[in-house]
Amino acid sequence: MRWQADVHVRLRPGIADPEGQTIAGGLQSLGFDDVVEVRAGKLLRLTLEAPDRAAAEASVAEMCRRLLANPVMETADWEIQAVEAAIEVGA
Amino acid sequence: MSRAPRIAVIVFPGTWSERDFVHVATLIGWEARLVWHAESDLGDADAVVLPGGFAHGDHLRTGAIARFSPVMRAVEAFAAAGGPVLGSCNGFQILTEAGILPGVLLRNDHLEFRCDWQPLRVERTTSSWLAALEPGEMIRLPISHGEGRYYAADEVLDQLERDGLVALRYADESGTVTPAANPNGSLRSIAGIVNERGNVLGLMPHPERASEGEVGGTDGLRLLRALDGWLVAQPAAAERRL
Repeated sequence: MRWQADVHVRLRPGIADPEGQTIAGGLQSLGFDDVVEVRAGKLLRLTLEAPDRAAAEASVAEMCRRLLANPVMETADWEIQAVEAAIEVGA
Repeated sequence: MSRAPRIAVIVFPGTWSERDFVHVATLIGWEARLVWHAESDLGDADAVVLPGGFAHGDHLRTGAIARFSPVMRAVEAFAAAGGPVLGSCNGFQILTEAGILPGVLLRNDHLEFRCDWQPLRVERTTSSWLAALEPGEMIRLPISHGEGRYYAADEVLDQLERDGLVALRYADESGTVTPAANPNGSLRSIAGIVNERGNVLGLMPHPERASEGEVGGTDGLRLLRALDGWLVAQPAAAERRL
């Protein structure tokens, strides 16, 4: 069965994020005075084959631990859905 | 050791400083061999250099893909056996990703790629890599990076300081460490560190680009030449493995 995982890799709280600060400055210069802070991160969309949701979850967790995020500076979280379901939502 | 030191210079797809290291090594009578990242054996190398560049395009994170290259298992074993390892720029980033050195190198705080001559203050360490330099001495080396902001948790930084593992700090010409003299926002102005055993040095600057007077300075050569004395004092890696 095919699954789609959206993995969000985020800089840990407290680590300076000059990219986010620059984006926040850009928004403020456009007049968005309500912007307090922007934190930039990464979205990785994975498509994988797994027999069930639990297996897909376990695999994505292991990918995050071994490669996708560096725990010194980043955290990772994810959402997983069956690809058929994703197409229905998209339509 | 009577023969010339043998240096293994590791090349990943996207490495760009390997030929500079080979040039400098040849200049001073060392034997240098380029080792492709897919190889799994360092041969009879006495020392290993991880040069600068953009291994695997720096995709995902700098060094994140490179650390899983087959050659890195050999580099990890070489380092664990006490062999001299130097990682410059991208090489430093790979060493941190591999967990051989603590911390990580983040995007420069001003988001710019910075290519310049940089004054550096030599800190007090017991590492043989710094043996040719005096603690407190000022040296000048080129920097050339977009992701050199050293970051580690406070307790890791405290331990680096306590154990004398900070090798180089960004400073102004007078040797004063100031925010203005810090080219990338590195915590505690750290430009280079060594591991606890002192055999692994990671630094953002490029010693290989400051090894001939014609290109502006020879402080890098002075740093690299510490290897001569070091290798005389200890058996070669090949002999050590017996």
